[in-house]
Amino acid sequence: MDAFITLILEFAIPTLIVSAIFVAIMMFVLPREVRTIFKRELKSYFTSPIAYVLFVVFLGISNTLSFFFTGVLEAGEADLFMPYFQYLPWYLVLIAPAVGMRLWSEEQRLGTMELVLTMPLAPWHAILGKYLAAAVVLFAMLVLSFPIVWTINYLGDPDNGVIMAGFVATFFVALCFLAVTSVVSAMTRSQLVALLVSVTLCLVLWLGGLPNISELLMNLKGGWLIFWPLLKLINMVGVMPHFSELAKGVLGFRDIIFFLTFIAFCLFATSVAIRLKRA
Amino acid sequence: MIEVENLHKHFGAKVAVDGVSFTVNKGEVLGFLGPNGAGKSTTMRMVTGFLPATEGSVSIGGSDIEEDEIAAKSKIGYLPEAAPLYSDMTVEGFLRFAAEMRGVPASELSAAVDKAIETTFLEPVRHQSVDTLSKGYRHRTCFAQSIIHDPEVLILDEPTDGLDPNQKHEIRQLIRRMGETKAIIFSTHILEEVEAACTRAIIIDRGTVIADGTPDELKAKSSNAGSVRLIAKGLAGSGIEAELEKLPESRSVEVEESNDDGLVARILPAKGRSADLGTAISKLCKDKNLTVEELHVEQGRLDELFREITKTDLED
Repeated sequence: MDAFITLILEFAIPTLIVSAIFVAIMMFVLPREVRTIFKRELKSYFTSPIAYVLFVVFLGISNTLSFFFTGVLEAGEADLFMPYFQYLPWYLVLIAPAVGMRLWSEEQRLGTMELVLTMPLAPWHAILGKYLAAAVVLFAMLVLSFPIVWTINYLGDPDNGVIMAGFVATFFVALCFLAVTSVVSAMTRSQLVALLVSVTLCLVLWLGGLPNISELLMNLKGGWLIFWPLLKLINMVGVMPHFSELAKGVLGFRDIIFFLTFIAFCLFATSVAIRLKRA
Repeated sequence: MIEVENLHKHFGAKVAVDGVSFTVNKGEVLGFLGPNGAGKSTTMRMVTGFLPATEGSVSIGGSDIEEDEIAAKSKIGYLPEAAPLYSDMTVEGFLRFAAEMRGVPASELSAAVDKAIETTFLEPVRHQSVDTLSKGYRHRTCFAQSIIHDPEVLILDEPTDGLDPNQKHEIRQLIRRMGETKAIIFSTHILEEVEAACTRAIIIDRGTVIADGTPDELKAKSSNAGSVRLIAKGLAGSGIEAELEKLPESRSVEVEESNDDGLVARILPAKGRSADLGTAISKLCKDKNLTVEELHVEQGRLDELFREITKTDLED
């Protein structure tokens, strides 16, 4: 019973507040065009089987696998709960592109791009509306991961602040992956190509911040030096260090700025990709 | 309403549209004709702001399509050639989405959707998923989307494609009716459609406008305009065909039937002499003592003009 109350107080209420803020921004801050695109896009996730399949796959992988393979059950302690969050981004490398792959490639395949772009709206309206709809799907996935949180609380007395921080960090990483997918899907009419390329890029993005790469950078010699700029770039945009910082429960301003800048850049790149497609 | 000036579009080295200019005023229906690949769709895509022009400008009701994008686009209703739809929506859901996007106020949304459904005869499939629609219904759903906000400018890329003859007729009537209060451009392959619905037509070939005028003016430009159809009796081997051919006003004679009883033929005019051909023939018949049963001066045909001025394509 205690675990249940904790769940409500420390997770459900903050989630509701965040959702309410989002709805308020949607209703009162963003223009009608963004709202209309967002509504249509979100609805289409749930009128087709995609969202349900992805929910089942994600929750299946994250809850089941984590339960059995990461030793969460035996741990029950917050610091030992960390293994769960260390695995989550790995699943998201696959899941976020699967959620986002249709955003623009479907639009090109159906030819509806021609309709949307001749309607009286700025391209950023459509880009943002679509991105937010996919983001809500990812948000719902993380919210539906609550059984594992409840289990941990039932079994022990973890630091729920750290768990919450883990989810926040995971969500930011998911948003980055989704932003990358948005760019890729604007460049192809094939969802499969969008998925494969995005997964690859997300993997690079996730692993790019590994300490090994920083080390490699310092020890680069001779002819290999021509790869230095590329490696440096990958290392710079690597999300892992920022994820780790946030997940520790340190609400780092720098990390959040990093995530937001990265997402904004990708959405801008999406608009460039769309413009190039038209010309 | 629509002003297009010196529009160019290059795709890499390929020139798709090469200096197209025209204007369409309120109350005009402009037919857009041309062989496949002539640049019709590309021009329409630039007029609607989907494709940026390489050179030239498009202005819709005074708003430039690139500089004042949103104002210009809000005046346009557009039916793309492929009639694209979101396959996961119902007809009504899709039209609601389109109306909302086009800025129809929430209080008038249902009325606008109802009206568009009624105008395009979509009532039977109103709640059906777009996925399951036949081609004709899909096309009309997309057409409904283009008129849902009662735009001042309508741009329709092959609006009757995929419809049966009855539906084609209905849509033509509709275009004609709407043309009284709007500026409309529509492209088509069907020449009779131009005569049925347009107040003006443009023929475009290889990216340039090669003819521009009312359907009657265009027909008069056909080199067969002014042809005479002649049915005459009682020749009995008078060699009338040769005589007809020899007339300075005639270019050639197409004989449909010729025997001792009489002659049925179409006489094509020589260049620049079409006005005198009828008189010359009736004089000849009189001289030869023939009974003229029918002498009819033809207006010229659009399909002939179309073939004459675009046929170079086939010769290359």
